[in-house]
Amino acid sequence: MAGGGLRPKIEKACLKGIPGGGMRMNLGDIVKLLDGVVLCGEDLTGSLDVKYAYGADLMSDVLAFAKPGSLLITGLTNIQIVRTAQMMDLPAIVFARGKRPQENTLELAKKAGVPIILVKKSMYETCGILFGAGIIPCEIPDRGV
Amino acid sequence: MKYPIGEFDSVTAPYIVKFSVEADDFLAAGEASMQIKETLKMLGASSIICQRAAVITYEAEMNLVIHGGGGELQASIDQEKIELLVRDEGPGIPDVDLAMQEGFSTAPDHIREMGFGAGMGLPNIKRNADELHIETAPGEGTTLRAVLFFVSPSERKA
Repeated sequence: MAGGGLRPKIEKACLKGIPGGGMRMNLGDIVKLLDGVVLCGEDLTGSLDVKYAYGADLMSDVLAFAKPGSLLITGLTNIQIVRTAQMMDLPAIVFARGKRPQENTLELAKKAGVPIILVKKSMYETCGILFGAGIIPCEIPDRGV
Repeated sequence: MKYPIGEFDSVTAPYIVKFSVEADDFLAAGEASMQIKETLKMLGASSIICQRAAVITYEAEMNLVIHGGGGELQASIDQEKIELLVRDEGPGIPDVDLAMQEGFSTAPDHIREMGFGAGMGLPNIKRNADELHIETAPGEGTTLRAVLFFVSPSERKA
């Protein structure tokens, strides 16, 4: 977790949407932080660091807004979530709210070398913990709202 | 240079890959796009180009699977661009302008439950393509041509 002195800086960076405001976090540490279970790719978690995360239950949203290299947090369990991660170079997938990937999803994840992490917490809590730890959100461009 | 691209020198352009995509095959959907992405990577394209091309091909491939009744996906890569041709003989798009709007979707519920059909497919393709042409009419299928340039307009051949 980020130290207290760094926290305002990270928040400032997050609020402004400035990339590079947070710190890279090791995937193994993220698993511990989320009290998660690594379903596949455990050997890769030690060597993977993430700086950004994106949470969504819509594939096209991930394709539109996830920053390459981001950790993906989702509740979608079908094989296309791994394909989506592959297209966007997202290094690992966290399944929130106790969801488990389907068998063919897991098979493709193993083949593609994409670690899968199971987390019992809700999507909101999962994202909140990661945000609090200094993982930066992906920037959403102005869509005229 | 707008987007950096690797060395294509060793390749005799254009490099063409062609795939047949089956209707409703959600297990295989995305395989063609992944192979095109791998091809681009192999040819030395930058990761930005690979990702943008992947979003275009993947959304188009899903459209073939969901709406087009299957079809054909062809990627033609040369030193300055990737040109994607996607053809189907499906129902066609009655109103292309409407289909280009974010959030407009005709996908049935079982598609939405899979995380697709949010009405972002064509907008995502448009966002990532430098050129996009759609030829379609009700009952006459759809042909989509998307071009993604590796170099800035001034560096392109006439």
